[in-house]
Amino acid sequence: MNAIETDGLGKRYRQTWALRDCHLTVPVGHVAALVGPNGAGKTTLLRILAGIATPTAGTATVLGYTPGSAQARDAVSAVDQTLPLYRHLRVRDLLAAARALNDQWDTDLAVQRLSSLNLTMSGKVSKLSGGQQAQLALTVALARRPRLLLLDEPLASLDPLARQEVLGWLMTCVAEDGLSVVFSSHIIAELERVATYLVVLSQGQVQVAATVDSLLDSHLALTGPAGEADHLAGQVPVITAQRAGRQTQVLARTDAAPPGWTPRPVTMEELVLGYLREPSARVLPRLEVAR
Amino acid sequence: MVTDKPDNLDDGVSPIAFYLDRGLGVPTYLQFVHQVDYALRLGFLRAGDQLPRIKDVTRSLAVNPDTVMKAYRELELRGIAAGRPGVGTFITRAPDVAGFKQMAMLQKKLTTWLAEAAEAGVDELGMKALFTAALRDFNDGGGAAPRLPGRLEPRREGGAA
Repeated sequence: MNAIETDGLGKRYRQTWALRDCHLTVPVGHVAALVGPNGAGKTTLLRILAGIATPTAGTATVLGYTPGSAQARDAVSAVDQTLPLYRHLRVRDLLAAARALNDQWDTDLAVQRLSSLNLTMSGKVSKLSGGQQAQLALTVALARRPRLLLLDEPLASLDPLARQEVLGWLMTCVAEDGLSVVFSSHIIAELERVATYLVVLSQGQVQVAATVDSLLDSHLALTGPAGEADHLAGQVPVITAQRAGRQTQVLARTDAAPPGWTPRPVTMEELVLGYLREPSARVLPRLEVAR
Repeated sequence: MVTDKPDNLDDGVSPIAFYLDRGLGVPTYLQFVHQVDYALRLGFLRAGDQLPRIKDVTRSLAVNPDTVMKAYRELELRGIAAGRPGVGTFITRAPDVAGFKQMAMLQKKLTTWLAEAAEAGVDELGMKALFTAALRDFNDGGGAAPRLPGRLEPRREGGAA
């Protein structure tokens, strides 16, 4: 079973393709990070998966269902930067509405969560701070007991402590309920401990899609003489190279260092930055072994 | 060694807590493995002790549960810990005392070397560079160095120079 699956997916806004020929598969049980420069198509992809936007070309499924279908709406929760809340309602009334609108609704989870955040039930949603609204939107999203959660940078408005706390809570849901998560983020340092699957989008296309473990195992940072860099590129796939007078630092897709090069394991941060710097380099899902 | 019953612990509470060192560049799961190893060597952990529960680690450090599970699998592979389904993961074996004595002796020798290096005007960075270079040469020379499993040591088979 795949959490998300797209086949030739494309989305055009007037003359511009925000997403082009997108082939992507993320198995269930993963926390998948969606990374890419601004305008790469992250939000468009998440909006299609959430059933908010319709594709111009190709198909997409979430947990095997068509986005926006009744089954998909039951099984998938989505929160984006705009925080889809009824701002004129009081918190209490918002929760009552959410309970009425959803077949599955975990009242205990919602009440416990909000009381631990010291949110007043009688307060108006519009009077809450940006961080509190994000917390409320996430609480509503998770009280629906989804099997897949789509997050488009909803944590951006949280202070560092709240962000850490929310991520911890999310990871607990992953551990206890087997929740699958797809989230977009610019905070690369966070990815290594949170994500098990990495998707890099670039110019509307999938550049990298693979498990974090397989990516870390199949790449090395190599240090060697500057003059040998071109020769190295003939031996192993070189993603990026930073040349200095005598020494060159290379990010290469290999699990063994050629003679003369000193290997070092790569971090997630180096890996992501390397691929972002070189949009033509690809790690396609077809090459990966299923988890 | 047979697993001892923890005698002085509250139910389900580990005597240690994990932390994250973001500056290290060491994979998170390996950091946890090292922390358990370190706690064992320093006596903070003993046979029979429970390791932090996965859901506690995921909540407090905001790490993926897979990362903690991976660390515990690694500890099981090394014969240090064992999982009890539905209960948690427990320390099964502490490092033997002979190892301790040997380690102490080796550290003493290294201290002598450090003193010599300092005498010769080598600073801390220089000492580290020398040690790292020597270690690399030793590994390159096919010396039967005991290698840590995991990503810290990239595979280099048959590396005779």
